Amino acid sequence: MHPAFSVIFFTVSSGAGFGLFALLYLADALKLGGGLSTNQLLIAGIIGLVLISAGLMSSMFHLANPKNAWRAFSRWRTSWLSREGVFAMVFFPFAVVYLGLTWLGMKEFETLRMLAGGMSMLLAWITIFSTGMIYGCLKTIRQWNTPLVPANYLLLGHFSGALLLLIVAQTGTVEVSSYLNIVLALLVFAAALKAIYYFWIANPGVVSTINTATGFTRARVKLLDAGHTHGTFLTQEFGFQVARQYALFLKAFVFSAGFLIPLLALFGMFGTLTSGLTIIVAIMALLGLIAERWLFFAEARHVVNLFHGAQRC
Amino acid sequence: MRLGLVIDLDVCVGCHACAVACKEWNASGTTAPMTDYQPYGAEPSGVWFNRIRHYEVGEYPNSKTINFPMSCMHCEDADCVTVCPTGASYKRAEDGIVLVDQTKCMGCNYCSWACPYGARELDRESGTMKKCTLCVDRIYDLKIPVEERQPACVNTCPAHARMFGDFDDPNSAVSIEVRERGGYALLPELGYNPTNQYLPVRKAKPIPTENLGKPGFKEKLKGFANRIVKR
Repeated sequence: MHPAFSVIFFTVSSGAGFGLFALLYLADALKLGGGLSTNQLLIAGIIGLVLISAGLMSSMFHLANPKNAWRAFSRWRTSWLSREGVFAMVFFPFAVVYLGLTWLGMKEFETLRMLAGGMSMLLAWITIFSTGMIYGCLKTIRQWNTPLVPANYLLLGHFSGALLLLIVAQTGTVEVSSYLNIVLALLVFAAALKAIYYFWIANPGVVSTINTATGFTRARVKLLDAGHTHGTFLTQEFGFQVARQYALFLKAFVFSAGFLIPLLALFGMFGTLTSGLTIIVAIMALLGLIAERWLFFAEARHVVNLFHGAQRC
Repeated sequence: MRLGLVIDLDVCVGCHACAVACKEWNASGTTAPMTDYQPYGAEPSGVWFNRIRHYEVGEYPNSKTINFPMSCMHCEDADCVTVCPTGASYKRAEDGIVLVDQTKCMGCNYCSWACPYGARELDRESGTMKKCTLCVDRIYDLKIPVEERQPACVNTCPAHARMFGDFDDPNSAVSIEVRERGGYALLPELGYNPTNQYLPVRKAKPIPTENLGKPGFKEKLKGFANRIVKR
């Protein structure tokens, strides 16, 4: 699949934003490490909303006809893409009510504030899950058609969100170690799941082949002529292939920048925590996640390639 | 009604006439335009509803070239319709034709991702998704003579390798051909239940190319005639 940068940015940015917001609410509700201050809650919440909005805006850039984008909310009963949009939009009012009441700080509205926050957390989870299912539900791309995909989106979104929450937590008087522990736990789970995913897609199992695609199942089939003078929409959109050595290099980058270096840096920081260092770690991890997302697209092989001569997908 | 095509792979000669006729008819049809990019340039490309590919099946010398036209299969379980977030993609209840409403499409490409047959192509000019309409504006046009109320590809095929009809009717020509010739669907394991069916290549006696034996009197006479006639 052709990796479109707008979609890569969208999934990484909005994933981190929703992850940050969900964890922010949890930290607030459980008074984690003594409880974040009002300012910290607001800053983290606004960072989350900015990331989500930037992601959603970016997703518009890959539309060929954005003037009809408003119609995308209409088919939430069948389409995961539509559900993603609807849940993301429903999330905003709850998030704004939660942050607004946090800002006002009135005790009599505490129940309403927690309810709105709880709803926005739930909707954040559902939205990340829907983003993953946009890819997970496609039968045409074996590398995506697995429950590992939404799980991966959920874990990576929460991992990157937790890193951002840690940065905010470090700016105040709150006890940071519990936030650090959340980051480390999510890091380990996300890295493990990503490793499982890479092992899983390396072994094709039962897949569609050029034989099932053409129906000539009793002999070897070879493409003689694709029937077009130059590339078509199909070859541009689905014909992208990433060379094995680059894929290996990028996987090494995903694990080192995304997980290993953050892990070592955060362990080293247990004694001397500075938010400056955490910001560098977070940028590093986000670069790792962008590489992860690029590979997620580039390594996906659509079955239509079988008609263009690929022997299996 | 479940309208669709039968393509006889035994008969198709790979002339691309169906694709050209399709482009000609639909370039002015309901989903027009069908843009060409750099038609006379270095990298000509464009939107087509119907593409013909050519495959070699088997190992030389026991191999066979098979021409393989493909357009929208108008699947029974059309994921392209299910995934469409705007409702632009729809499947008509009355005849099973899958269409794209050009006024609703936002060009997100999602339906083309869901289609295993590559039946959908984005038109960069209009920013909307284009696909085979089964010439819906032709097959129902009462001004066209009855025998020509067929998709342009079927109408034009010089080899009569294409048939159009109702698969829900067991006595229609398409149903009979599929039943008698062992018609099959592409990528059945994905579960899209495509309506379009393909008729396999018939078994033919191989034509010998070596150890032909000595020529008889008739062959000698033909050879003599061939030598004296200036070509």
